[in-house]
Amino acid sequence: MSYKLVDCRGLACPHPVINTKKALEEAGVDTITVIVDNDVARQNVTLFAQNAGHHVNEEQKDGFYHLTITRNDTSPVARTSACTAEFSAATGTPAGGSVYFITSNELGQGSPDLGEVLIKSLFTTLTAMADPPVALLFLNTGVYLTCEGSPVQEQLEKLHAAGTTVLTCGTCLEYYHLKDKLLLGNISNMLEINNWLSGQYKVITIA
Amino acid sequence: MVNDPYLFGQIAAANALSDVYAMGGQPLLAMNIVCFPDCLPIAILGEILRGGADKVAEAGCIIAGGHSVRDDEPKYGLAVAGLVPPGRIISNATARPGDKMVLTKPLGTGIINTAIKADLLSTHAFERAVQCMSALNKKASAAMQHYEASACTDITGFGLLGHAAEIAEASQVSLEICFSAIPLLPEVLEMARMGLIPAGAYNNKEHLGDKVTFDNSLRLEEQMILYDPQTSGGLLIVIAEANADRLVVNLREQGVPSAVIGRVLPNQQELIQVIK
Repeated sequence: MSYKLVDCRGLACPHPVINTKKALEEAGVDTITVIVDNDVARQNVTLFAQNAGHHVNEEQKDGFYHLTITRNDTSPVARTSACTAEFSAATGTPAGGSVYFITSNELGQGSPDLGEVLIKSLFTTLTAMADPPVALLFLNTGVYLTCEGSPVQEQLEKLHAAGTTVLTCGTCLEYYHLKDKLLLGNISNMLEINNWLSGQYKVITIA
Repeated sequence: MVNDPYLFGQIAAANALSDVYAMGGQPLLAMNIVCFPDCLPIAILGEILRGGADKVAEAGCIIAGGHSVRDDEPKYGLAVAGLVPPGRIISNATARPGDKMVLTKPLGTGIINTAIKADLLSTHAFERAVQCMSALNKKASAAMQHYEASACTDITGFGLLGHAAEIAEASQVSLEICFSAIPLLPEVLEMARMGLIPAGAYNNKEHLGDKVTFDNSLRLEEQMILYDPQTSGGLLIVIAEANADRLVVNLREQGVPSAVIGRVLPNQQELIQVIK
């Protein structure tokens, strides 16, 4: 548990957002208060924090906005440290759980029909596992799996309901014109996806 | 926005020429207006002017001199005069209920610029944005004349909604815009989600106030993209329903990434409704 004050008074857009982001990325920080002096910064910092899944509490003091941001436990860094602590205590080895990096809507190279059968089979297997994956990251044609018409919609819904984080690459949704077809989970970006990939989880790539 | 002076010159010129294109005109004469500091190499100014001159030449227009001022920061713009037969002027006050709206460039340059300052944009997204900003609205203008557009404006500092509102008010109609139909620059949605939204977008939102209503399912960052101030944005063309798809097909064949993004309604209480 640690707290940090981020004074962004006098700073114009985009610096308040950048400073907020940096503060939240610091190891061990779980609550920060960002002070801003203009409405644009207030709205942008709130938008950033809420879309990253954090809780924001706003207060007005002496003509400034005090935004207290509490890190949500499901965001990658906090969750990593929580898991690390748990696993170190139990087994002495770092981290636990798996992250699936899914870059294709078919499993393996070869017949597309077989590829689809195999990907369904994989997702059915994932739903049956005692510990479901911590996160599923969908990229490139993998994004077809989180959108309308997905062959694994039912399995994904189960995993999502069981607490698996589902992130879909926004650039890919735009590229394939699927941005209004997303079924569940959140739209993400390379920065967030890379945080998951470079975290302490076991990453399994499905290509 | 861009560090490359040649590109900067091109974008500034494309932006300046756009007004003439939006009225269905042919640019004829351009005057350079330049501010430049003593402390920068004069070669940079040369590159800016070369970028502007190349765009002006591409438009079939002539640079007829200009004016330079010593200033702290480099600034460049052009005053452009064009020709259009009086009966063929395309106004922003002549949209008719039943018409469709076509947008001819993807949205998001203000957010992209903010993301560049935050150093969070990919090279690919940056290059695509620069390509769009430096593109002339020449082909879009020629095509809308061919398909007899009923009204037009160009999208710049007031954002899509600000300029659409000008058309609606001048034409005494209401507009329905479909968010999911609007082409966006790569990574704009992600950057907006991260709160990289310029102050100008919030100003535009405040200015329009309750003239615009949004479908409940549209998130704040999606709404803000429609208020995002554009640098050298596309044309917003209002055109008879029967010709709208033909115009879009024609423009796409010419490499202009356009789309039908909404329709004109009879005058209602809400000036603009944005649906999902």
